[in-house]
Amino acid sequence: MSESYMIKVEKLNKSFGDLHVLKDIDITVKESDVVCLIGASGSGKSTLLRCLNFLELKDSGNIIFEGEKVEKETHDLNKVREKVGMVFQHFHLFPHMTVLENVMEAPLHVKKLSKDQVKKEAQELLRKVGLSDKENVYPSKLSGGQKQRVAIARALAMKPDIMLFDEPTSALDPELVGEVLSTMKELAEEGMTMVVVTHEMGFAKEVADWAVYMHDGRIVEVGHPEDLFNNPKEERTKNFLDSVL
Amino acid sequence: MDLLTKFIDTYPVFLKGMLLTFQLTAVAVFIAIFIGLFFAFLKISRIKVLEWIADIYIFLVRGTPLVVQIFIFYFGLTALDISQFWSVVLGLAFHNGAYIAEIFRGSIQSIDKGQMEAGRSLGMTAGLAMRRIILPQAFRRAMPPLGNQFIIALKDSSLASFIGMYELFNVATTYGSNEYDYMSYLLIVAVYYLVLVLIFSVLVNMVEKRMASSD
Repeated sequence: MSESYMIKVEKLNKSFGDLHVLKDIDITVKESDVVCLIGASGSGKSTLLRCLNFLELKDSGNIIFEGEKVEKETHDLNKVREKVGMVFQHFHLFPHMTVLENVMEAPLHVKKLSKDQVKKEAQELLRKVGLSDKENVYPSKLSGGQKQRVAIARALAMKPDIMLFDEPTSALDPELVGEVLSTMKELAEEGMTMVVVTHEMGFAKEVADWAVYMHDGRIVEVGHPEDLFNNPKEERTKNFLDSVL
Repeated sequence: MDLLTKFIDTYPVFLKGMLLTFQLTAVAVFIAIFIGLFFAFLKISRIKVLEWIADIYIFLVRGTPLVVQIFIFYFGLTALDISQFWSVVLGLAFHNGAYIAEIFRGSIQSIDKGQMEAGRSLGMTAGLAMRRIILPQAFRRAMPPLGNQFIIALKDSSLASFIGMYELFNVATTYGSNEYDYMSYLLIVAVYYLVLVLIFSVLVNMVEKRMASSD
């Protein structure tokens, strides 16, 4: 038995029509790892993330989650998704529900837990992301940073084993980025396994255990963020970093 | 003054007609909402055969006059011992269902795709996400056109007079022919319709305001 991993991707391929978006992706995420995916837009990093919780279905290759090879024919993907939290660039909070109802929705209606218990845990999560005073407010009344923190609490409410973040700060005004990143940092410090698609190089350097640079559907370079950012081995990585840093 | 006297003399009969008009419309639209929802789901099912079935239904309704549909339902259903009231209700429901299907299809498809994805990412089945996340938002968005459709149905129910239902319009034309004074009773019945539509518009506005509390 090799070392324990949370999720392992082998030779993953995905196309949209004629567009080959992911090409032979191999990646292994261990428990409590924080991994940052970086790369230009169109490099396939968001698609990779969406394949990890099966919002996109792979064309070929293996996705092994907690020791089990997950296939749509043999597995209930809904059950797998319960254990994989996802945070979106544009939050996607449920606008017809209050903040508290947003966080309670999935434990209540997917896991069918008791309302009292769900409510207590949801309030605890909102306290953790610093939004206790917004429980009964509708999402339209929140700032972008607050929305994203509610979205994080909503995903955590299912007690996932791994959290995926798809450019969680890209839609935020610059002054609101910090509050979301610090919430994510806390989460990382608690040992949550995280895969983060991000353009926040500072966050990647500070929090990530390793970073992955993707280009044109392939993983070009993998390494500790310090090494990757300061001494990229590949010319393409260097060019990308020069353009964003 | 003459008109006012006529109005006062006839109001008990007109109120009965108004009640029947309201019943016809309310029951028909209630049923039409379920028909509409059903065919809206067929339209968005992405299963070709089901989409075709919905397309054919909508084509038939839009392509033929309502009065023809009402007569077909009337002669067809009363032959099966279904009452006059129910044959008109079902005819109106069949007709309005097609328009309501298009209203629902549009409002469901107008909800951001991210809403479904957010639901699915939390472990919801597509059905649960549709019921808990998409439909509540789609219903709210459908309220203004639904209210509009209800008003159209209310006025269209006057066609039930053609098969002898004693609703508002029939009351008016009956008085008109008995007293050789169509114009007075047509003006009177117009007032009754206006009042019904006004009451209904206010109700729809109230519902919309309540639903909008989260915006």
